[in-house]
Amino acid sequence: MDFFLQLLVNGLSIGLLYGLSAMGFVMIFKSSSVLNFAHGELLAIGAFIFLVLTSWAHVPILLSFLITLAGCFVLGFLVERIFLRPLIGEHLIFVIMLTVGLAAMFKGLLLFIFGGNLHTYPDFLPDGLALHMGAVYVPPVYVASSCIGIVFLTLFGLFFKFSSQGIFMRSVADNQTAAMSLGVHVKKVFALSWAIAALVAGMSGIVLGIINGTNVHEISAIGLKVFPVVILGGLDSIGGAIIGGIIIGLLETFTGGYISPSLKDVVPYIILVFILLIKPYGLFGLVEIERV
Amino acid sequence: MEPTTLLQVNNISVVYSDVIQVLKGVSLSVEKNRIISLLGSNGAGKSTTLKAISGLLKPENGKVTDGSVLYDGDNIQNSSPEEITRKGIIQVLEGREPFKYLTIEENLKVGTATRWMKPYKKDLEMVYNYFPALVQRRKSLAGYCSGGELQMLVMGRALMAHPKLLLLDEPSLGLAPLVVKEIFRIIQRINKEQGTTIVLVEQNANMALQIAHYGYVMENGKIVMEGAAVDLRENPDVKEFYLGVSAGGAIRSYTDIKSYRRRKRWL
Repeated sequence: MDFFLQLLVNGLSIGLLYGLSAMGFVMIFKSSSVLNFAHGELLAIGAFIFLVLTSWAHVPILLSFLITLAGCFVLGFLVERIFLRPLIGEHLIFVIMLTVGLAAMFKGLLLFIFGGNLHTYPDFLPDGLALHMGAVYVPPVYVASSCIGIVFLTLFGLFFKFSSQGIFMRSVADNQTAAMSLGVHVKKVFALSWAIAALVAGMSGIVLGIINGTNVHEISAIGLKVFPVVILGGLDSIGGAIIGGIIIGLLETFTGGYISPSLKDVVPYIILVFILLIKPYGLFGLVEIERV
Repeated sequence: MEPTTLLQVNNISVVYSDVIQVLKGVSLSVEKNRIISLLGSNGAGKSTTLKAISGLLKPENGKVTDGSVLYDGDNIQNSSPEEITRKGIIQVLEGREPFKYLTIEENLKVGTATRWMKPYKKDLEMVYNYFPALVQRRKSLAGYCSGGELQMLVMGRALMAHPKLLLLDEPSLGLAPLVVKEIFRIIQRINKEQGTTIVLVEQNANMALQIAHYGYVMENGKIVMEGAAVDLRENPDVKEFYLGVSAGGAIRSYTDIKSYRRRKRWL
């Protein structure tokens, strides 16, 4: 029973992280229908900016966290401005191929600068952050990442539900022409969704780096896990991305714990196939409202 | 008082995808505080004319290749919709186009995009005053509303932007006759009470000419006739083709040879 609870807690914290990172992916897809194949690289970039700041420049942890987030936000904004904007109005497949190219470019750059070795952050999380609930031990990283995750999810939830800018973003995702006819700055919305997506990805990258250390190949591969997560949750549902993330996280840790650690990466995909057989739009995907 | 011209469309041509010419020299002028009605059959170029004014041609790969659109003295042809909406021209699209997954009230909020960060409580009240049917549905998703409610919604959404010039594309499309009457009454009220200038594109010529001050008739991308709404209502050609009444009072069909010839003369 203790083992089960331990796995449950681990799965939930990992899953929340997957969910967060998938949220960025879903935002880009929702606003501009672009599948961002460079998502894993955005995670890695976040992790490495943090590495540079903490291990090499010795900036205080909290400050480097904030700088990394700001940096990722600006980076996402620039990526949209420089690479994506000229392609607005072209076929989607070109835009998606462009993100594949971006992924290769970012990965190459990171490998060029940091090499393919494993780097680790200095150990900075206080042990006091760990939770002991009976026999269940929650390591400080998981506590921290879950807190960050919950805070950010709540913030984004409020942002999309109540702020004008959030409502404008949803309106563009819903009906681009109508949004344009009312004077919504569609290009600004695209830029903002890339910026927020990069920010969230960068944050997930940092946490992954704390857990496993930073390695270009590994982190960008984890970034690709957003695909099962978002397909499970429904490509266009932010809430679905979170829940999809948690499900994949749980599946992974339970398979790893009860069956075999080497099956950890396979079983989620098998179950994914079965869920999609029953719910082709994903668990929370929008089924077109036909009544209009 | 001499009426002033708000919008002047001078001999514009519109081409889609660089090859398909839809408008071939359309000119019209819209005076302040008036309702102008633009009539014509399907494919005559009415919607394209509106999009040329509101800047919404670009996403459809269309372009004003010739002529000019003057609004309040400024040249606005081929400007982006963001700029044009901020000058006070708002188009209500054909087929309503609500944000289906937003609630009614959120839909209305998007209408404030042109003056982001400004208070809008009063405007919400104003819209609910014009369209009381929306009040009780304000928390429900627009995707689940009826056609009449949606038409009210998209018009209300446009009003939230404080338009000086409102372009309405077929507000009566697919609505029950009673709802159409209601909608047209409200259009007239908006024009009178808010002083909003309105360009109304319609198939329902009868209703449109009842509330409009002035009208244009389009065919094949050209204006073929114009005049005060009262005169157009009495014009035998308009009567026959758009109001469905011939000079003798009997209903005639389009296939009638003689009317076909007269139709030809317009082109």
